[in-house]
Amino acid sequence: METYKADVVIVGGGGAGLRAAIAVAESDPTLKIALVSKVYPMRSHTVAAEGGSAGVKQQTDSLEYHFNDTVGGGDWLCEQDVVEYFVAHCTEELTQLEHWGCPWSRTPDGHVNVRAFGGMKIERTWFAADKTGFHMLHTLFQTSIKYPAIKRFDEHFCVDLVVEDGRVQGVVAIEIATGEFTLVEARSVIIATGGAGRVFRENTNGGVVTGDGMALAYRHGVPLRDMEFVQYHPTCMPGTGLLFTEACRGEGGFLVNKDGYRYLQDYGLGPAEPLPRNKFMELGPRDRLSQAFWYEQQKGRTIEGPHGSVVHLDLRHLGEAKLRERLPQIYELAEQFLGVDPARTPIPVRPAVHYTMGGILVDGRCASPLPGLYAAGECSSVGIHGANRLGSNSLSELCVFGKVAGVEAARFAKSAGPGNSTSLQKQARAVEQRVMALKQKTGGNERIATLRKEMAQTMEDGCGIYRLAETMQKTCDKLDELKARFKNVNVEDKSSVWNTEWLLAIELEYQLDVAQTMAYSALHRRESRGAHQRLDGFEQRDDVNFLKHSQAHYVADGAPRIDYGPVKITKSQPGTRAYGAAGEKAEQERKASHG
Amino acid sequence: MAEKTIEIEVLRYHPEKDREPHRQVFEVPFTDDMSVLQGVQYIKDYLDGSLSFRWSCRMAICGSCGMMINGIPSLSCQTFLRDYYPARVRVEALSHFPIERDLVISMDGFIEKLESIQPYIIPKEPRTLEQGEYLQTPEQLDAYEQFSSCINCLLCYAACPQFGLNPDFVGPAAIALLHRYNVDSRDGAKAERMELVNSEEGVFNCTAVGYCSEVCPKHVDPANAVNQNKTNSAADYFLRFLAPKGGAK
Repeated sequence: METYKADVVIVGGGGAGLRAAIAVAESDPTLKIALVSKVYPMRSHTVAAEGGSAGVKQQTDSLEYHFNDTVGGGDWLCEQDVVEYFVAHCTEELTQLEHWGCPWSRTPDGHVNVRAFGGMKIERTWFAADKTGFHMLHTLFQTSIKYPAIKRFDEHFCVDLVVEDGRVQGVVAIEIATGEFTLVEARSVIIATGGAGRVFRENTNGGVVTGDGMALAYRHGVPLRDMEFVQYHPTCMPGTGLLFTEACRGEGGFLVNKDGYRYLQDYGLGPAEPLPRNKFMELGPRDRLSQAFWYEQQKGRTIEGPHGSVVHLDLRHLGEAKLRERLPQIYELAEQFLGVDPARTPIPVRPAVHYTMGGILVDGRCASPLPGLYAAGECSSVGIHGANRLGSNSLSELCVFGKVAGVEAARFAKSAGPGNSTSLQKQARAVEQRVMALKQKTGGNERIATLRKEMAQTMEDGCGIYRLAETMQKTCDKLDELKARFKNVNVEDKSSVWNTEWLLAIELEYQLDVAQTMAYSALHRRESRGAHQRLDGFEQRDDVNFLKHSQAHYVADGAPRIDYGPVKITKSQPGTRAYGAAGEKAEQERKASHG
Repeated sequence: MAEKTIEIEVLRYHPEKDREPHRQVFEVPFTDDMSVLQGVQYIKDYLDGSLSFRWSCRMAICGSCGMMINGIPSLSCQTFLRDYYPARVRVEALSHFPIERDLVISMDGFIEKLESIQPYIIPKEPRTLEQGEYLQTPEQLDAYEQFSSCINCLLCYAACPQFGLNPDFVGPAAIALLHRYNVDSRDGAKAERMELVNSEEGVFNCTAVGYCSEVCPKHVDPANAVNQNKTNSAADYFLRFLAPKGGAK
């Protein structure tokens, strides 16, 4: 087997992985970095982020406001010390991207412009039209080319971590073009593989978003934290789930039901006013908006379409010129995929799974409990999103914590001794045999696509916008069944070159593990908080019993074991989470009570 | 009710089994809103798991799923079966690239070209983070924004007859990106990049067919970038006589 000796290996070439790679290279140019990605970095799903990235920019704004929005938006399930670090470093990271060439949209005098976003008190979302993730990713990828220490393993699919002497010491990857295995030895490993939204049926995610890194860490004993919190984005394309950015509403778009009525005013988000107002109506947080859709559907006030019920995202009043300038990609998506001209016709939308709030348990320095293993970005749970992420915080997270992970992993690599190559090789060969066996075995009769489809359907049925113990239990049972059936999976393709059927099988196994952590964590959380909402007697938030992070632990051949960890509260005591006029009132009361 | 179906003819090639590419026809269910990518995914999921192709975002931004569709370089995620129905649709790997397997082409050459153009800001005036952002007016942004929208899907290379003849030609996308940095008000390395523009592999390979811009799914207009650089390159050529060490270097 080929072996490459690196100091730091990074798995995942999206925003967080690239930012981490650059941070390692800048912290010590003598360190050898291996960047392993199953796709060319610019294909990573960061590319599809649209609306923007948060960082305090205006005189009227403050770090305290960004902190309060984030912690309240997360329904107080955030690590407050980590949020404090986060908001204090967003702006410098976005400025760093500006220096690296990111084409941020500008004000007439040449400063970076900001726009409004859901749940944010002041406009602080930096944007590059409505292709912010695309531009950030390409800026980071192209900038990474500057650093000779970064050795890329493009289109290499990571199949395992190598752990020895109680610390992680490398990864094993398949070169997709040849089917050959490579051991990348390293003294520290950063996982930056993104989320797991593809375990759900209707989602905004690209095909690559299969939770690989989460499953790898989990199988090596690292808990996955807060996995029950899965974000439904309220405005997605029916059928495919493709995303219409929150910036549509940040720029002033309306959500209306079948009667043309701005229904959000019936769900504690009003009053409805003609102009966008921060934290009111369409600029409420995503969990609340998706929940309001569900109630409208129950009341029969949605519109029936070929792919289920929809409401209308009405952008007509913004006019074609503004739409073409601020939302060009949205304009084209509506035209090409739906045959709708958004300047003339409202866009049919419905909620779809968008983001995995939970992930690999790490501390504020991105270190997991497994020595040498770091994680950053959507695959990680560093603690800033709590029970509901605010739009535009995740792109900033990639940069802020991508950098932290890089700096910390570099520091660890320098302090750790070299591994025992002979025994690492031996482990890697065992991994190779196990992964090859999946391809070589014959007589299986389960189709990958069938298992995947059943998984995605049961996740939607049991872990959707509103949840019941009975359906969650069914989902848990179904996932147990699917895991058992996976043992009988059939990989028809036995060849080496570009065997994507084999890779899909490996991904499906990752997905089943991650799906289990979501479903079991959800079943055990007997309260409603943020994106986890129940209708079976646990409709309220329960801070006495559940102001805690769930932690799902891997159990070989069994269901995950769920336990709980404390939540770090520093300066914001849990309070009433309210938006619209009610939110304004609650904020005044908080101010008064704090003197 | 009988389901509507459509035939998709796929160019297959497996280097471990085939001496040369061959065609295979599949019949897949047809609905009005299906993309060609969804048709190809159906084949993989339910008819033949061995079919290989790249895809991810499904929304024309990741740049993975370029194919020849009825002979035209296209993103399969934003090309719809309804535009061909009831006729058969033909999909093949992108032209002018080595086929690795089925619809997967080798990206290696393009990646090397991208790496060779110095696709990053080399600042005209260095600036610390404490100094904040560079000022750049909307007009200055406009000068390069379109060229920065390249998603590296390589449709333009599949469209370019000159790249078909000379695989070393830097080609439309890489030149558009080179131009993107050259005209960015923050950058100061145009002279270095012009060496490549002027080289044997540079802009003068282009015979101004313009098909690259026609197939670009993101309106990057690489032909425009190439032609602006022909002008720049010609200016460099004459400057060399005026300033012995100036001009291009």
